[in-house]
Amino acid sequence: MSPTAAPDFLPALPEIALACGAMVLLLVGVFRGERSARLVSWLSVLVLIGILVLAARLGLDRRIGFYGMFVTDAFALFMKTLVLIGSAVAIVMAMRFNEEHQIARFEFPVLILLATTGMMVMVSANDLITLYLGLELQSLALYVVASFDRDSVRSSEAGLKYFVLGALSSGMLLYGASMVYGFAGTTSFTALAKMLTGESAASPGLIIGMVFISVGLAFKVSAVPFHMWVPDVYEGAPTPVTAFFAVAPKMAAIALFMRFMIEPFGGMLAEWRQVIVFLSIASMILGSVAAIAQTSIKRLMAYSSIGHIGYALIGLAVATPAGIRGVLVYMAIYLFMNVGTFAVILCMKQQGKMLEGINDLAGLSRSQPGLALALAIFMFAMAGIPPTAGFFSKLYIFLAAIDAHLNALAVIGVVTSVVGAFYYLRIVKVMYFDDPAGAFDRPIAVELKAVLVVTAIVTLFFFLLPDPLAGSAEAAAASLFAR
Amino acid sequence: MSHWPLLSLVTFLPLVGAGFIMTTRGDAEIVARNARNIALSTSVIVFLLSIALWIDFDPATAAFQFVETARWIRIGGFDINYHMGIDGISLFFVLLSTLLTVICVAASWISVHAQVKEYMIAFLVLETLMVGMFCALDFILFYVFFEGVLIPMFLIIGIWGHSNRVYAAFKFFLYTLLGSVLMLLAILAVYFQTGSTDIEVALNHAFPFALQKWLFLAFFASFAVKVPMWPVHTWLPDAHVEAPTAGSVILAGVLLKMGGYGFVRFSLPMFPLAAHYFTPLMFTLSAVAVIYTSLVALAQTNMKKLIAYSSVAHMGFVTMGIFAVTSEAVQGAVIQMLSHGLVSGALFLCVGVLYDRMHSYDIARYGGLVERMPAYAFVFMAFTLASVGLPGTSGFVGEFLILLGTFRVSTLECFLAATAMFLGAAYMLYLYRRVIFGTITRDDLRNILDLSPREKALFAPLLILVLWMGIYPSSFLGPIRASVDHLVQQVSAAQAVVGPRASAD
Repeated sequence: MSPTAAPDFLPALPEIALACGAMVLLLVGVFRGERSARLVSWLSVLVLIGILVLAARLGLDRRIGFYGMFVTDAFALFMKTLVLIGSAVAIVMAMRFNEEHQIARFEFPVLILLATTGMMVMVSANDLITLYLGLELQSLALYVVASFDRDSVRSSEAGLKYFVLGALSSGMLLYGASMVYGFAGTTSFTALAKMLTGESAASPGLIIGMVFISVGLAFKVSAVPFHMWVPDVYEGAPTPVTAFFAVAPKMAAIALFMRFMIEPFGGMLAEWRQVIVFLSIASMILGSVAAIAQTSIKRLMAYSSIGHIGYALIGLAVATPAGIRGVLVYMAIYLFMNVGTFAVILCMKQQGKMLEGINDLAGLSRSQPGLALALAIFMFAMAGIPPTAGFFSKLYIFLAAIDAHLNALAVIGVVTSVVGAFYYLRIVKVMYFDDPAGAFDRPIAVELKAVLVVTAIVTLFFFLLPDPLAGSAEAAAASLFAR
Repeated sequence: MSHWPLLSLVTFLPLVGAGFIMTTRGDAEIVARNARNIALSTSVIVFLLSIALWIDFDPATAAFQFVETARWIRIGGFDINYHMGIDGISLFFVLLSTLLTVICVAASWISVHAQVKEYMIAFLVLETLMVGMFCALDFILFYVFFEGVLIPMFLIIGIWGHSNRVYAAFKFFLYTLLGSVLMLLAILAVYFQTGSTDIEVALNHAFPFALQKWLFLAFFASFAVKVPMWPVHTWLPDAHVEAPTAGSVILAGVLLKMGGYGFVRFSLPMFPLAAHYFTPLMFTLSAVAVIYTSLVALAQTNMKKLIAYSSVAHMGFVTMGIFAVTSEAVQGAVIQMLSHGLVSGALFLCVGVLYDRMHSYDIARYGGLVERMPAYAFVFMAFTLASVGLPGTSGFVGEFLILLGTFRVSTLECFLAATAMFLGAAYMLYLYRRVIFGTITRDDLRNILDLSPREKALFAPLLILVLWMGIYPSSFLGPIRASVDHLVQQVSAAQAVVGPRASAD
């Protein structure tokens, strides 16, 4: 393909459509005025669903476009599906909340759409330039969303912290990218992969560049020791935004992490595995230990997400199709558990005031048994207790780890999961063993109820039919290795 | 009859009952009554169905019976099937679980009045998980049931327990979870050795000795906590003291047996060389358990704690018998587990009867009850003696067979165990004397009521079974024998082939 010919747009069609959709909705919002928030929200959910259909229609084949800078395959489709679901659910869950807090503005869904566009570009990146482009588009939208409740000090502080630390990590990533370009002479993943498969040993400069990029990505997936921003941002951001942060950007970042490590740097497995193993162990330990002392459920969920990323990184450290399959299954189940948990947190309000303390859940099993049961299911799932879905997600990960003889990593993983079980159980304890502290407002919003029921059923009854998810994860994982 | 998926029916019928209970609505009183009735009828039906298992069971073969297989999870090279079946070893554990569930539901008829609906659901779910665990013939399936048990038991202790219930529930959950997750890794390692998660495949697979040692230890971590063996037994007294009566009955009656069952089902046949290698360790831990915990029991002032420690001691006998690996000892261990399930369950019920009336587990609180409660004194006496191992009761058969089998392997071990039997008689009779005999010193005890007809009906089946097992054990040993003989032969053969080398290592 000569440089003058038009680039092949087809693989990026969903992203282009999504960006256009966001623009159109922005116009709709501008012309309809402030009161159009609800309309724009529902329209953006429709757009996301449409994009999902479009992406699915593109199929599972590996297609490369934009002069090799953009790639779609089964892996990209799998992760994009998760991202789109996460974004759509976040918009749905935010509507009522935003209206009640006088922050119902049409910019919110539009920003989420733009962030989603960035995430989808990240998932499909096949070049360091694309990688950075997607990452920044996503991050800039997220910084704004984090401080969306602009009259609240906490929210503004969260946005600012996120921005400063995010900019730092972007800087590191860029520095790493320039090192890689300097030592390899290319930014293309395909070219890098070719260069690193041969006999030629990786140069130290390339390794340093790779490590810097890993640091930037580790920041985005919130792996220890690049996790400092997570608890503060989770706590400060409005709850629906926290719910969004906990799922969609994580999906995109871990997808990018996997593609970046496996495709261009697959030949340097021996070098980067130790980095990932360290990130994984540190995240698992900190995620389980630091959460014990938390009293705010949002901070607890922040540490919980750090721990979960640690488990997912085990699968990446394994770096076999089985390991990647484990990560994919893990992230898909994590999406459902997390969305469900945040739906419960959004129900925690008394006389219209949001509550965030773990102790506010006291006696929930008696005041609202259904809600308590749902949260108990999510907590047991997060702790990885069978027969909930959380057990199977860990099963696939540990299976891959044992297969690759990373026994020590697996043992540390299960031991920290027992430590982590303590704080998940503490929430069950507060709900079921303690005396009621006062009931939450009723009725629960219809859309929250729907999200709760669906996620709880999926989490509890996943064991009945695990094959569809695991099967598509397997196909997606295989596509990442089919170079 | 055998075309029916009888095992699945027994396993999952309680869930159907739980589903019905969940749909009950309306006034709290009516909901509670409906929940009780549904739970009782469900558990009785399940128990009757499980008796059909015993009737249809073919005692002549060591193979698995009532086998059911269905596809469950299949991705890539990783096949997990829904594979169920029972042999002589698991048959009676299934029956024990279904029987004790009926007893537990009936025992909680009056004593549980808060959140009855949830309580009954928890017990029915627990029944499904327990039965499923004893029937599972696939490792992942087994593990799902094995660890799933923790959830309802955690809630039962935590919601309906006594004052310090939260601590006990957490300790129970985290202790057992830590053991189980190590076993999960071992299960995955077994899968990569055998290429299948099927238990039947794994049972007939010869693992290399070095790997056996590690896998044995990982399984041991899980089962030793469950049994519980000294020194990881400390969760048990706490859990027992804080659990409601029915929770203690299930805990002592079935949950502890999951550990012993695991040793017999997995550790021995899969890792015979490692079992041989670790036998001295197992014997030492068992001997410490029986003697040390018997002495501790002697010093207790809380009735439930005393019986909890006696459980540890009795289970020490069981582990000793299992690792003696003679046909008599292993049969004795299985019988002892069944007997202990009935006897300790009944003893916890006896304690529960007093607690319902006086709300205290303190031994010093009682005394002279024989004057006011003759029927109770008789029942308590019968189960005390069964616990001590009086000939004619089930306790004697189990302990005698274990001692007989162990004597052929280690005289010293047998001697230590016999000492503990003596200590067992001491603490049980001492308990009995302090609670039942003497004179009534407290005024409120003068008006204490004897057993109600409901309570008598609870104890009757347990008493009959304890005597039946003691007087004519052959009806129970018959189905067990073929499977145990097969197991012992298999293990001895594996140990004999490489025996000299393994012991030289």
